[in-house]
Amino acid sequence: MTDTTNAVEQQLKMLMAEAETAAAAAGDVAAVEDLRVKYLGKKGLLTEQLKSLGGLPPEERPRVGALVNRAKEALQVKLGERKDSLESAARDRQLASEVLDVTLPGRGLRQGGPHPITRTLERLETLFLHMGFEIADGPEIEDDFHNFEALNIPASHPSRAMHDTFYFDAHRLLRTHTSPVQVRYMEKHQPPLRIIAPGRVYRCDSDVTHTPMFHQIEGLLVDTDVSFADLKGVLSDFLVQFFEKPLKVRLRPSYFPFTEPSAEVDISCVICGARGCRVCKNTGWLEVLGCGMVHPEVFRHVGIDSERWTGFAFGLGVERLAMLRYGVNDLRLFYENDLRFLRQFR
Amino acid sequence: MKISEKWLREWAAPKLDTRALADRLTMAGLEVGAIEPVAPRLEHVVVGEIVSIAPHPSADKLRLCRVNVGKNKILDIVCGAANAAAGMKAPVALEGAVMPNGMKIKKTEIRGATSSGMLCSASELGIAESSEGLLSLDRDARPGMSITEYLELDDATLEIDLTPNRGDCLSVAGVAREVAALTGAGTKPPAVKRVGAKVRRKVSIKLDAGQDCPRYVGRVIGDINPAAVTPLWMKEKLRRSGLRSIHPVVDVTNYVMLELGQPMHAFDLDKLQGAIHARHAVENESLDLLDGKRIKPEPGSLLIADDRQPLALAGIMGGLSSAVSDATRHLFLESAWFRPETISIRARSHGLQTDSSQRFERGVDPELPVRAMERATALLLTIVGGKPGPVVERTARRHLPRVVPVTLRADRIQRLLGMAIPSRTVENILARLGMKLKKSGKNWIVIPPSWRFDIVREVDLIEEIARVHGYDMFPSRQPRMAMVARPAPESDVDSPRLRAALVDRDYQEVITYSFVDPKMQSMLDPGATPLPLANPISADMAVMRTSLWPGLLQAILYNQNRQQTRLRLFEIGRRFLTLNNELTQEYVLGGAVSGDAAPEQWGMPRRTVDFHDVKSDVEALLALAGMDEAAQFRPIRHAALHPGQAAEILYQGQQLGLVGLLHPAVQAGFGLSQPVILFELRLSLLRQEKLPVFREFSRFPSIRRDIAIIVNETTPAQVVLEWAQKAAGELLVNLELFDEYRGKGVDSGRKSLALGLTLQHSSRTLNETDVEQVMTEVMSTLESKLGAVPRQ
Repeated sequence: MTDTTNAVEQQLKMLMAEAETAAAAAGDVAAVEDLRVKYLGKKGLLTEQLKSLGGLPPEERPRVGALVNRAKEALQVKLGERKDSLESAARDRQLASEVLDVTLPGRGLRQGGPHPITRTLERLETLFLHMGFEIADGPEIEDDFHNFEALNIPASHPSRAMHDTFYFDAHRLLRTHTSPVQVRYMEKHQPPLRIIAPGRVYRCDSDVTHTPMFHQIEGLLVDTDVSFADLKGVLSDFLVQFFEKPLKVRLRPSYFPFTEPSAEVDISCVICGARGCRVCKNTGWLEVLGCGMVHPEVFRHVGIDSERWTGFAFGLGVERLAMLRYGVNDLRLFYENDLRFLRQFR
Repeated sequence: MKISEKWLREWAAPKLDTRALADRLTMAGLEVGAIEPVAPRLEHVVVGEIVSIAPHPSADKLRLCRVNVGKNKILDIVCGAANAAAGMKAPVALEGAVMPNGMKIKKTEIRGATSSGMLCSASELGIAESSEGLLSLDRDARPGMSITEYLELDDATLEIDLTPNRGDCLSVAGVAREVAALTGAGTKPPAVKRVGAKVRRKVSIKLDAGQDCPRYVGRVIGDINPAAVTPLWMKEKLRRSGLRSIHPVVDVTNYVMLELGQPMHAFDLDKLQGAIHARHAVENESLDLLDGKRIKPEPGSLLIADDRQPLALAGIMGGLSSAVSDATRHLFLESAWFRPETISIRARSHGLQTDSSQRFERGVDPELPVRAMERATALLLTIVGGKPGPVVERTARRHLPRVVPVTLRADRIQRLLGMAIPSRTVENILARLGMKLKKSGKNWIVIPPSWRFDIVREVDLIEEIARVHGYDMFPSRQPRMAMVARPAPESDVDSPRLRAALVDRDYQEVITYSFVDPKMQSMLDPGATPLPLANPISADMAVMRTSLWPGLLQAILYNQNRQQTRLRLFEIGRRFLTLNNELTQEYVLGGAVSGDAAPEQWGMPRRTVDFHDVKSDVEALLALAGMDEAAQFRPIRHAALHPGQAAEILYQGQQLGLVGLLHPAVQAGFGLSQPVILFELRLSLLRQEKLPVFREFSRFPSIRRDIAIIVNETTPAQVVLEWAQKAAGELLVNLELFDEYRGKGVDSGRKSLALGLTLQHSSRTLNETDVEQVMTEVMSTLESKLGAVPRQ
């Protein structure tokens, strides 16, 4: 080993020590870059060492050359590490400075809400649509024929007194139920039929348990062999799915001029689990809808042969179902439109 | 209808307790809505007999009674009742009794006299609302007997909610028939015997309106005892059925009505003149009714009259002039059959619903009048005495309802009910309901009893079978139906989708009444003539709405008055417009927005919502219908809207709706504290055939250039955008208006608009020359067409 070689090696060691100290002291990424240029750049101090290899004896050159290259690589790594650590420290500082109070509320608009009645209506419609019913619509300002006559309720019928009808004149009135839609639909369509008719209905009555406007859904199914047993099956299934609870469902004889046999449908009380409460008047049962087999007179009015076709119809009060489902205790709340009430239904 | 359980059980006594009996009736269609005890629990209250009575030494109004309370026990009781008398029997509350009002009976001193118990009035026992004096018990009452036992107070009133078709059940007899049919228990009706005439006096009867009154039975009863009183047992039965005791004669007719179902009427014979006529009213007649009202019966109303004047509104209410009173000595009794339709129409038109009209309009057994007359006569003779005349009956048989045989097919029963019912069961049920059957092959010919006038069709019989058999007995089945694909128009924007869009944009849905205040209505839609209701429920709900705005503003006002300031409401519903004399009932979507644009929050300045905030919501709805690009907003004058902030929304020449700021004067008129922005869209027009159609799009880079121009303040932005679009030609793929400015740096009367144009070529990368060319064309077009200048 020549003195020259020794000197080069000494020099190399010194440079490396110097560079490593400088790298450790470099305060930011730019300083590290400066060091890279200073030592490893085209004219860098270590690069210069390679150039000085020419002054070494030829047999020494490969060994010393390798030494220089190793030193360069080592420094490269050192600087890289330093740069990474500086970058990560800088990033940490940046992130630290960006800490937000994540508990602050989100910005922008809030979610509004549908009216609980339409929420219930849409749910009811979905359930019946999935069963294969179609939605039918009819006018709210009706005529006497469709609201009464065609439904087997002539002018002298005692049940007219129960309807508390709003009139415009001798013929026009606000429909008192959604049943006229079945008449209108059957006037235009031949069986088989499967429809529901949701909508507003009106009765001239206003107190704690009545509002002059409310909502019903009428259902009608007409086919060649529809029986009372089918009516029972469809409504029982529907009620269990609507309330998403196992329920007892019972049909109780009743009377509607446009169906026969007619029934009121009771469910076991969903409020108290049929143990007896104020809502079910301690009977354990809640009346939820009226139904029956379509009366031959109704078929006759719309020109459907009641010997060939049979059918059932039902009518349910949407407010009643919404009250039971959501535990609303006062019918009138639905039409006060108080935000403190409405906001509870998103 | 209220019915005493004990009374019912006198007629039909099934082996069922009260609850089970009520359930059986309910499940057969006679819904028992309530079961109420007829009296509170009364322990230690017994029958007492006043043995002797003496004045109280130191109180004028009090007396000292010695009262026999049985088991040889005599009590000293101080009593203040005016009717207390020696020999009288009355209830006594003994020491230890607790009265219904909570009073505990103890031995006590009253003004120096010992009193060991209390003689009671009916109201003190809780069996009358009010009463005067002691409850006087009949002579047969045995001292010491429990009052509950003596008055049979361990009874319940069943409140039956009868359906309109079951008029035959508006009596003890009717419900008993039903109970018998349902349970197999027999009925034990009280014997009704013919009571022979004791005098010959009679009143002749004329059926002048036989179609409405085809049967009229009358009878004179002379020389009754005007001092007679109604026996306690009858008063109690009446009370338990919800009727007050009025006069012994009236009580008897009411009793027969409750018992058999035949409404009857008693006239004071001395007030009648000549024959009795069942006739139609003629012009200008008037009648003072028992309730004190004077009515002018419409011509055609059925009246009971004598030769001189109307006496009663037939089947509904009697008249004052011929009413039975304490002075009445001779009676004329009526027991008739009236056509139900006549009664229901007149009762409704006079606003009179009486126990009598309720029964007649639902139908009374046409075979009942004579039987009821005999029953009433027998009761009257025992209570008020008197001498009966002959029963006079007039019948127009061709106007009486005829019992029609009905054919019942076995296979029809199965088809309608979904279950086969054995022939024996069918026959058994119908027979128990009083029907006569004749088998004819697999079918039957059925003759219903005279009281079941509701049975006229086969299906009526099937319902009876189902009802008595029990609805619970029928299976539950899923119908099997053809699986059919139904139309499902993809272009249809349905209401749920629009509703969801608004809900997601922070709107709250409301539902308001379809009838509104005519004043509000005319302020908001002065051009329209709303349809008025003939019988509105109140003056502020008197006309049908022609717009959803009145209801929405009402809801805004309601909430504003309850400290809610940020309101974003919408409703989907119908408006009722008369156009060219034709009524339309069109679905619209209306909205009303007021208060801050965003909910109060940190990091965002507060700002009141404005026209363009709401316009963006409207545009979102139009976008759902695929109409946002082609729809145009055009300034419009509308009486309820701000003249400078109102637009109609047009699509292919049709008006889709309106949006605008409520006119400040109207706002003030309604008492609204903040501005309100309103909109309304016609839903039928949003439902147009509009499917997305794919267009090839360029995959080459696009270039964006912005320009700012100054134009007259009155130049609508839409016009600027239209000209810019036209000038830019087919390279333009997007055009944004991203600033509007008026004020410092811009001359007054002018405004600055900033447009961002995005350009793209369909088949190559654009170069600078292409872009320059387009921008120059745009600028020069805006200059020449609109007088625009570039903003420096």
